[in-house]
Amino acid sequence: MTVVEQAAPLVRALELPYRHGFVTDVESDALPPGLDADTVRAISLRKREPDFLLKWRLTAFERWSAMTPPAWGHLRIAPVDFQALIYYSAPKSMHAQQNGPQSLADVDPKLLETYEKLGVPLHERARLAGVAVDAVFDSVSVGTTFRERLAEVGVIFCSFSHAVQHHPALIERHLGTVVPPGDNFYAALNSAVFSDGSFVYIPAGVRCPMELSSYFRINARNTGQFERTLIIAESGSHVSYLEGCTAPQRDEHQLHAAVVELIAHDDAHIKYSTVQNWYPGDEQGRGGIYNFVTKRGLCAGTRSHIAWTQIETGSAITWKYPSVVLRGDESSGEFHSIAVTNHFQQADTGTKMIHLGRNTTSRIVSKGISAGHAHNSYRGLVRMAPTATGARNHTQCDSLLVGPDCGAHTYPYVDVARDDAVVEHEATTTRISEERLFYCQQRGIAPQEATALIVGGFCQAVLDELPMEFALEAKALLAVSLEGAVG
Amino acid sequence: MTHPEALLQVRDLRVDVAERHVLKSVSLAVPAGALLVLMGANGSGKSTLGLTLAGHPRYRVAGGSARFAGQDLLALSPEARARAGLFVSFQAPPEIPGVKNNLFIRTALNAVREARGETPLDAFDFLGDARAAATRLGLPEAMLGRPVNDGFSGGERKRNELLQLALLRPRLAVLDEVDSGMDVDGVRAVVQLVRALRAQGTAFIVVSHYLQLIESLAPDAVLWLDQGCIAETGGMALATEIARTGFVRAAEALEA
Repeated sequence: MTVVEQAAPLVRALELPYRHGFVTDVESDALPPGLDADTVRAISLRKREPDFLLKWRLTAFERWSAMTPPAWGHLRIAPVDFQALIYYSAPKSMHAQQNGPQSLADVDPKLLETYEKLGVPLHERARLAGVAVDAVFDSVSVGTTFRERLAEVGVIFCSFSHAVQHHPALIERHLGTVVPPGDNFYAALNSAVFSDGSFVYIPAGVRCPMELSSYFRINARNTGQFERTLIIAESGSHVSYLEGCTAPQRDEHQLHAAVVELIAHDDAHIKYSTVQNWYPGDEQGRGGIYNFVTKRGLCAGTRSHIAWTQIETGSAITWKYPSVVLRGDESSGEFHSIAVTNHFQQADTGTKMIHLGRNTTSRIVSKGISAGHAHNSYRGLVRMAPTATGARNHTQCDSLLVGPDCGAHTYPYVDVARDDAVVEHEATTTRISEERLFYCQQRGIAPQEATALIVGGFCQAVLDELPMEFALEAKALLAVSLEGAVG
Repeated sequence: MTHPEALLQVRDLRVDVAERHVLKSVSLAVPAGALLVLMGANGSGKSTLGLTLAGHPRYRVAGGSARFAGQDLLALSPEARARAGLFVSFQAPPEIPGVKNNLFIRTALNAVREARGETPLDAFDFLGDARAAATRLGLPEAMLGRPVNDGFSGGERKRNELLQLALLRPRLAVLDEVDSGMDVDGVRAVVQLVRALRAQGTAFIVVSHYLQLIESLAPDAVLWLDQGCIAETGGMALATEIARTGFVRAAEALEA
């Protein structure tokens, strides 16, 4: 791809407002607002879950009831009234039969149209024919493409609910082993009320033949989305997975509290990419999604590898720290992040690299972009345990400020229990100053195009990590997020 | 006999910078293809004139007018002025981290080419032109692949300004002390580039204190800017006089 092709969508997209703010008009089957043990039972019943799962949920609910929301982030969060939220909402058509539609062909066309509008291919001869998609709408999965073709090589890719029905043993064995139910306030809440999400199982030695992706859509009003994703990569397997997220434009805040667990066995590779574009709120900071997410991967096996790549452009508030526990010897973890905040958006995001095994390595590349009145914090922990002989980490943490009223903050935590550990941290802060913009303008480049150039250059190292199909989309998204930041 | 309008016509231009009247009244005309030399003591307003013409937001026009190629220059955005063919070099061009020099210059060039009704250059054609121009200016080719001005020495930044000048081929270039901080080869490259562009019709306003450079450029006129006003207009003789006696003595001589 030439540089012009790379830069072009940025430039074009600068003119566009939030593109995904529409509402799909469907009848919903929703629980009444409020949360108690009966809500948890009602969700479990609707999903016809086995007993172990209901018990697991109720234990989590008990834990959650005794917890308080974390207050250590560099964030100003209006209190969430958890009793005013709806914890389960699904399009009625998804429940028409006991099992919902049997295949994508039976799904309500309105729902399919929603994904069409979002540019997410749910027909298997789509433009992105090399990508399998699980589409989650509010609390349920609408459908998963390429399920049969993947099954031929033994790969299980389906909605979480489907996995609970058809692969309960895998769920029971792995659920909560990486992010325990009581891990933190939002993880506990998710464990109690999670409704759907994606499940991936890659058998030993299998290189997943296509990109897997999930597309999360919040549609209903006053409804929280609590999805749960579990990816298990057996020895020697490879998988690349991408999630995308959007929501309608609404004046009130909506809560999204997801949990993602990854497990990589010996020599397994998991690459997990996120393009998060939840509705960010308007220019005055009204509305927008609260994105409070717990993501963690376990490098369980020797030489296993987990890489997180995230492009965070949406949400009113982002609170998330995709982490890797490096338990297997010689395992490695990566975190590549671009977090963009504009107007009154806030982000407190980063990672944790927990080195337990010998000769484990981790790399962190964080790019924070702040514009308008937004605040963007990087918070990262690198821990070298006493067992982590020869462990190494390198962290590169860069901030880009657009205009005078925004802020960038860096909170690196380093916890080293060994003398031979190598921990390197580099940080830079750059401003798109009036002087730099004027220089571009003097040479004929308009301010928005100049911003796109500078942002593109700043982010290149992370964008290079994305699967190619999504790199362009991500670039366009970055430009949209910064619209109105200059000029 | 009719006089065609000059390429740049500045009339009674008054400019304030942060409450200070920097330009009090400047009038000048630059015919197409002409070369003017602008001299003046530090703080007399030379850089202000260039940056005001370029549309820098901190330079507030308090009065007067400037027409460029038949347009009201002061009504245009800075990028529209550049696209209309105005190039103003920076004394201290800023670095732009993360943006490769060749992408930056090609983006600028294609914006200007589009305004001129020319087809955009692809990366391959551009790189050929850029390499040739860089070699003529003594700028190592590797500078094309590095971020704009990032880690460049003073002389390299000046050469990078000249590289952009050479590729953008403006109708009018304002060169603000482009020779300062340059070695002998650099100054020679300036002269060669200015001559080559003049042969293609580019006009120049050259700000310089360096008599030898001014002489080699064979200016059509030398203007002396003093405390925000054009104090005197002359030829090479005025430049020689200022170089010999300095700005203060020259001012006394004028008053006598």
